[in-house]
Amino acid sequence: MSYERLCETAEQECRDLEKYDGIIYTCGSTGCVSSGCQDVIQAITDCIASHDIAGRIKLIVTGCMGLCSLGPLVRIELKGREPVLFKQIDSLTIRLIILEYVLQVFRQKDAFVFPYFLEQFVVPQDLPFFTEQKKIVLANTGKVDPARIQSYIAREGFMALVKVLSSMTPEALISEMAKSGLRGRSGAGFSTAAKWDIARKQQAAEKYIICNGDEGDPGAYIDRSLMESDPFSVIEGIIIAGFAVGAAKGWVFIRSEYALAASRIEQAIEQARDWKLLGNNILGTDFSFDCEVRLGAGTFVCGEETALIATMEGKRGTPSHRPPYPAVKGLWTMPTVINNVKTLANIPPIIRNGADWFRAIGTEGNSGTKVFSITGSALNSGLIEVPMGISLGRIVYHMAGVAETGTMVKAVQIGGPSGGILPPPFFDVKVEYESLRDLGIFIGSGGFIIIDQTVSLLDLLLYYLDFAVDESCGRCAACRIGSTQVLGVLKKIRKGRGTLDDLALLERLCMAMKNASLCGLGQAAANPVFSTLKYFPEEIEGYITTREVDTHER
Amino acid sequence: MKDKSTKICLKINHKSVEVVQGATILEAAIKARVNIPTLCKHPDLVATGACGICVVRVAGRSQLLRACCTPAEDGMDVVTNDPEIIATRRTVLELILSTHPNECLTCGRNGTCELQQLAEDFGIREKTLPALVSDVPKDCSTGAIVLDSRKCIKCGRCLTVCQEEQNVWALTFKNRGLSTLMTPAGDISLDDSPCVKCGQCSAHCPVGAIYEQDDTGRVWRALSDPGKFCIAQIAPSVRTSLGSAFGYPVGTNLVGQIYDALRKIGFKKVFDTNFGADVTVMEEASELVKRLEENEERLPLITTCCPSWVDYMEKFYSDMIPYFSSCKSPHAILGTLTKTYYAQKMGIDPSNIVVVSIMPCTSKKYEIRRNEYMAASGYFDVDISITSREFIRMIKQAGIIFSELDFLAVADSPLGDYSGAGTIFGASGGVMEATLRTAHYFMTGTEMPRMGLKEIQGLEGIKETSISIGSHELKVAVAHGLKNVEFIIEGVKNAIRNKAPLPYHFIEVMACPGGCVGGGGQPWPITNEIRIKRAQGLFKDDSMKKNRSSHENESIKELYKDFLGEPLGPRAMELLHNSYQVRDKYKR
Repeated sequence: MSYERLCETAEQECRDLEKYDGIIYTCGSTGCVSSGCQDVIQAITDCIASHDIAGRIKLIVTGCMGLCSLGPLVRIELKGREPVLFKQIDSLTIRLIILEYVLQVFRQKDAFVFPYFLEQFVVPQDLPFFTEQKKIVLANTGKVDPARIQSYIAREGFMALVKVLSSMTPEALISEMAKSGLRGRSGAGFSTAAKWDIARKQQAAEKYIICNGDEGDPGAYIDRSLMESDPFSVIEGIIIAGFAVGAAKGWVFIRSEYALAASRIEQAIEQARDWKLLGNNILGTDFSFDCEVRLGAGTFVCGEETALIATMEGKRGTPSHRPPYPAVKGLWTMPTVINNVKTLANIPPIIRNGADWFRAIGTEGNSGTKVFSITGSALNSGLIEVPMGISLGRIVYHMAGVAETGTMVKAVQIGGPSGGILPPPFFDVKVEYESLRDLGIFIGSGGFIIIDQTVSLLDLLLYYLDFAVDESCGRCAACRIGSTQVLGVLKKIRKGRGTLDDLALLERLCMAMKNASLCGLGQAAANPVFSTLKYFPEEIEGYITTREVDTHER
Repeated sequence: MKDKSTKICLKINHKSVEVVQGATILEAAIKARVNIPTLCKHPDLVATGACGICVVRVAGRSQLLRACCTPAEDGMDVVTNDPEIIATRRTVLELILSTHPNECLTCGRNGTCELQQLAEDFGIREKTLPALVSDVPKDCSTGAIVLDSRKCIKCGRCLTVCQEEQNVWALTFKNRGLSTLMTPAGDISLDDSPCVKCGQCSAHCPVGAIYEQDDTGRVWRALSDPGKFCIAQIAPSVRTSLGSAFGYPVGTNLVGQIYDALRKIGFKKVFDTNFGADVTVMEEASELVKRLEENEERLPLITTCCPSWVDYMEKFYSDMIPYFSSCKSPHAILGTLTKTYYAQKMGIDPSNIVVVSIMPCTSKKYEIRRNEYMAASGYFDVDISITSREFIRMIKQAGIIFSELDFLAVADSPLGDYSGAGTIFGASGGVMEATLRTAHYFMTGTEMPRMGLKEIQGLEGIKETSISIGSHELKVAVAHGLKNVEFIIEGVKNAIRNKAPLPYHFIEVMACPGGCVGGGGQPWPITNEIRIKRAQGLFKDDSMKKNRSSHENESIKELYKDFLGEPLGPRAMELLHNSYQVRDKYKR
């Protein structure tokens, strides 16, 4: 494999697509699979055959197009016309669309007028949901065919790797990354370059890269979508990370529930191997690197890096104390860089476009973008990628479309079970690690739940604490016992048996969990309680003072 | 990477302290004479970080950090207590207590429990949290140690010892969250697991979750039976291990008081296991000489005084059985001689004799019933084996004022007379040296020129040396703590496989770190410092003895002349030797 070969492939791929008069892109990600895209894909295939337009129209099954609540989504790009995104498609509708749109355009050419009865299926492209986005890691999702490496190559795929291997030393690469200001996208926000640098400086027989795809936060599905939709960018990121730290081996650690993501990554690795982009002497240099998929051990805590390493070593998925940090002493005691899927997917575009380009996006100290998965009382649920520094209100009211529906928003919950709950008066806050942290919000993996006035926050807390109790590994006292006791107090209050003393007890138990838990799971498990007590004291006190409780037992 | 010996300087509560690179905040605090409360951290074990009691505040860090496992850094500014830290510790304690049965009055650790002490220090005066005590039944299956998971606080010390120090892996984590248990993997009992009954889990447990099977009731019953002739024997290490229980400095030799106490408790005769050790030496030295001179393919000779080591070998290294010494352990030898030699001599019906061993060991409870050879005379060699902890309780129950006991009391003859070689059996390296002394004599007719081999004493995991005996240059190794066995045994196996010269000719193994002085049945607490002091007490006892070699012990000479005949002779082989069998690690 060489630079020239990649360029040829890209050109060939573009020429191949040029031959068609139109392309139908269908989302084939988990979200759309669950809303029935398989039938739609079958219907499109049948239609193409029955209308004998196989030479004129091409079907590409892509990854996520973002607006998951309106799936299955189909985007049709016909020559000479603006792309049209169709929503909530079923096998009948798609036949109608092909008949009344695709075939009519082919037939009538310029005389074509878009039929009014199809308007209801069209998603307007000027929705703030789309226009406010800045796509870096999601740039390819919904556009490339995740099953074909050529499709990725045609969109500048592996050009970053070429640039790195042909013109950069590991040190120069790390300093370019440092200049970009990229911070870990799994929530803690540690500088990626600094982590790489620590691992690079260790003297060790071997070093490893692990891509953490053990996304387990309820409400977050960003890593899943990314691995399903653009697996090659993740692989390219891993190879570049391997070059930076001097590793020859990498793993993609994927939550075992993410079957489609795992198979897409697996497929991508195989193709990259076939194309000699993984293996010995990549691109003719003396850099060799290979990676493979490792399925997660099935619990939330296995996404915590020390627990993740333990399971990879065949041990019980239990966190251990840091330091030593994995970058110093990780898998099988070797220096191991663990980067999140999103972090790694950021790397190829940064390298291709340069650190300055990346730094110009977002704010000082928080460069780049952040991907959120919007759920809850939103008009538009789905994946969005926004520049760092955007305000929460912009996301809630404009992008999620709450302003349009007029829903009375009570709060947003960010960061899943480790995150916090914020009321509208704070919606001016910028999406930045520090500004959110100052409000007690851990940005987490990017779950973003919009909560309307009908939701009891105490019920939400019960859900999160129940989750924490379920997912506590049992290693340390504060998390193991603390989560159960906190849940107990919350349940007591929910039943109307709470006292005001219980509020102080809650505060005290949560403080102990935060201060004395061994890993991030336990330390952050009380965050939802803290922020509720801080911003919505009445939500809990109400159950104590007014005895306003459901009659049914919980 | 900075050199390990690099010094760094940090502040603990505004007080500067210098420590080596790699030291933890806790170690720095100890050096700065600042007390940080701990619970899950044991001084000798790698920190597990399980409890969070030791959290401290480090300037510039938002999260409180665990002192036990956070490395000290140059320039760190550590505060070990402020109101928030204390409140956190207190709440964590309350959380732990909410899952603990709080049955202090009926607990074996009442008074020595580390959790109880912390509850007192933090003044926990009421239960603010609902109880979440599990209802897991006790596991008494081994007959040696009892695992009471209800009391377990999941500190993980037992796991660390069982897995990292002993390499047995009988105990593992089971279940998750609040249902977490430290038990054998799968739904099996300890007895069905690879457990070797060493009791190190118990020795390191901060609470009463794992402790010795209590057999004192059986002893009291035997003592109260007028038809029984109760005889006690005390193990070598017990004499220097009771100090802390009765207000003496650690390692004080209290052998006189112990003999006297046993008589006051009601034992008709008091013997000393050291005598049995002397017999062991005679037999084992003869085995060594025989193998060296006639039977070299059966070298190396491996000691078998330690029942946990025997159990471990039968489960993990059964292919090494041919190399084992066939000698029984000293207390079994003394037991069998009591019921044969002594009974004949005194005209007592051996069926009426009850031999009670006071041992540092939980495994001895298992050993006395491990196979039919333990009753080769037709009677069990030893009827009841109790640990030094149980013995301390018996002394207290008997209302004995220990300080008023006769420190000059002596054991009964002839099975109470011992040489210096017998007494050092209780510390790692002792069996090796004692046997070498006699082997040297057997082979050369002269005494070993140098006694008190420092190179095989102490707490180094594997100790090696070589000794010239006549024309033989004997390479020996001493290991204690079962994790150290693998290196030695694999070395031997490799040499045998490749027909290369043996790395060792004689190997001593003790399961417990430090040997019997660190035994699983010894009084709490146990640390390396305590192990060393107890061992020093034994080596001092040896150095002050007139007879330092077993073959010089007049009672031993008499025993062989009047009863046993030759070492390894037919009678000795019948009564004093054992056999071994392959055992499954998991019974089912």
